Amino acid sequence: MEWMAWTLPTALFFVAVGCLLLGMTVLQLVWPTVERKGFLPMKTTRGDRLFIGLLASAYLHLAWLAFTDLSLWWALGLSVLLLAVVLRWG
Amino acid sequence: MKKRYLILLLYLVFLMLPLYWMVNMSLKTTAETLSMFSLVPREPTLNNYRVIFTDPAWYHGYLNSIYYVSLNTVLSLLVALPAAYAFSRFRFLGDKHLFFWLLTNRMAPPAVFLLPFFQLYSSVGLFDTHIAVALAHMLFNVPLAVWILEGFMSGVPREIDETAYLDGYSFPRFFITIFLPLIRAGIGVTAFFCFMFSWVELLLARTLTSVEAKPIAAVMTRTVSASGLDWGVLTAAGVLTLVPGALVIWFVRNHIAKGFALGRV
Amino acid sequence: MDDKPINQKAWFLVLPVVVTVAFSAVVPLMTVVNYSVQDIFDPHTRYFVGTEWFEQILHDSRLHGALVRQFVFSLSVLLIEIPLGIGIALTMPRRGRWVSVCLVLLALPLLVPWNVVGTIWQIFARPDIGLLGRAVNALGIPYNYTGDPTDAWVTVLVMDVWHWTSLVVLLCYAGLQAIPDAFYQAARIDGASRWAVFRYIELPKLRGVLMIAILLRFMDSFMIYAEPFVLTGGGPGSATTFLSQLLTTMAVGQFDLGPAAAFSLIYFLIILLFSYVFYTALTHLGRGANR
Repeated sequence: MEWMAWTLPTALFFVAVGCLLLGMTVLQLVWPTVERKGFLPMKTTRGDRLFIGLLASAYLHLAWLAFTDLSLWWALGLSVLLLAVVLRWG
Repeated sequence: MKKRYLILLLYLVFLMLPLYWMVNMSLKTTAETLSMFSLVPREPTLNNYRVIFTDPAWYHGYLNSIYYVSLNTVLSLLVALPAAYAFSRFRFLGDKHLFFWLLTNRMAPPAVFLLPFFQLYSSVGLFDTHIAVALAHMLFNVPLAVWILEGFMSGVPREIDETAYLDGYSFPRFFITIFLPLIRAGIGVTAFFCFMFSWVELLLARTLTSVEAKPIAAVMTRTVSASGLDWGVLTAAGVLTLVPGALVIWFVRNHIAKGFALGRV
Repeated sequence: MDDKPINQKAWFLVLPVVVTVAFSAVVPLMTVVNYSVQDIFDPHTRYFVGTEWFEQILHDSRLHGALVRQFVFSLSVLLIEIPLGIGIALTMPRRGRWVSVCLVLLALPLLVPWNVVGTIWQIFARPDIGLLGRAVNALGIPYNYTGDPTDAWVTVLVMDVWHWTSLVVLLCYAGLQAIPDAFYQAARIDGASRWAVFRYIELPKLRGVLMIAILLRFMDSFMIYAEPFVLTGGGPGSATTFLSQLLTTMAVGQFDLGPAAAFSLIYFLIILLFSYVFYTALTHLGRGANR
């Protein structure tokens, strides 16, 4: 595993991704999602909205790095907000 | 009607011209190629082909490529068939996301992934084996195979499955004796695509091999840099790379001609 | 589509695929993510640098240039190859012995290893010994793909059209052949024009195969590497340096593993976004049309 060049932040990142996947699976089992139409142009399930939210967050972080000098924590905060909005109303 | 075929003919000529030029050059000596421009070889020679068939470095390249490509095709089909059946017949937890995740594996730009690939396959002791290349190529062939097969399977009415189960068939028996023959065409077409994408890929195949399993495409690049562009042998090798694929397409041509829509229509 | 029964046991059928693909997919991806946040000198000497590489890459003007070239190229590829592929598929005979001949000839360019495609065109387009180069110059059009950026760019595009249009043709032809004759007869009785037949009978039936064709062509053209590398080496200047070429220069040539990894992740995100949009749009288009 040495060649994988692990660092603590990336390890935490992947643990978080794993927990997210696991959490979504459990959530789906106890409280199945219903496909519905929000402000996004197509019908989405909870998983779809999570994916869209995460993808949008990734782009937000990249845009933050490209266009501002502010701390990335701001982008992270905004992303959480964005994710919540997409999950709730998307 | 006539104009239609004229367009087709022109297009086929456009396709064939570069290939003709390659065949043309493979029949000349390199000296003739470089010294003059001629539409047909002045002194046709099969010497370039003789070099390939007598030099183990060359023909082993072919054997290696054919070996891992066949392995890849068989393995891809074996794992993709049940999966495609699952996708075409059932809904299950995360099915749509899983399907898209499979597709994302075609999207990774290889250049940087080559180093981790090399290290991964070295660490499990598969470096420079045919199975390593076959496994690595499954990364982009399996998703496509699942997609195509799923299209074919969706075209088979579900009543057939249900009738078979009522008749007391077990799933494996039904799948092999009844279902597979029904989607024979799909298997042929899928095999062609797997064969094709694995045959033409160079970067992964070159990274994961050094001597024992070196593919023909890599042999070509290395021999070129060593001997200073021997156009004759190079083009002859290029002509020969067309042969295995042409055989495969010949076997599946009727399945393509019969048609498939791959949509749930 | 939605009337399929729910059966969680289906996971067992999918498991072999997940295991084999994950083996080759997940570990390398994790490793690349790890690389992207570190400055790596050798396997034992590496420093955490956070998002520095991402910042550096995003401000790199070479990336901006390559990105623009890449988008123009992929867009041109899709705009030329998809309509041309459909068109050629429509001109093909529907039955008879010529079908086999056409299919085999069409498939030939697809079966050439990618670096050999570059080699073929490198020779074919040379102004001194190549048929294409000679012919174009003989027509009075000055043409030299190693010297002129426009010529080089056009050559790469023509090469890609030569190489890949057949894939679209094969898929579309198969899609057309799957349309029952009854549909055409009904259209003839209705007195439908050729265009109407295409628009309302053929095109909807081609949706499935076109979706594969569009996605494959987008992804593969966006990652095009071996062909232009052999043909032009990215030149003249940087006229044909596409994203993966730039990435390889960085990863192999300069051995900047960290920045190159950051670059690949950005690259991957771009392809992911566009593929997701295409995929979702095409899927929902079909669902809407069927209702």
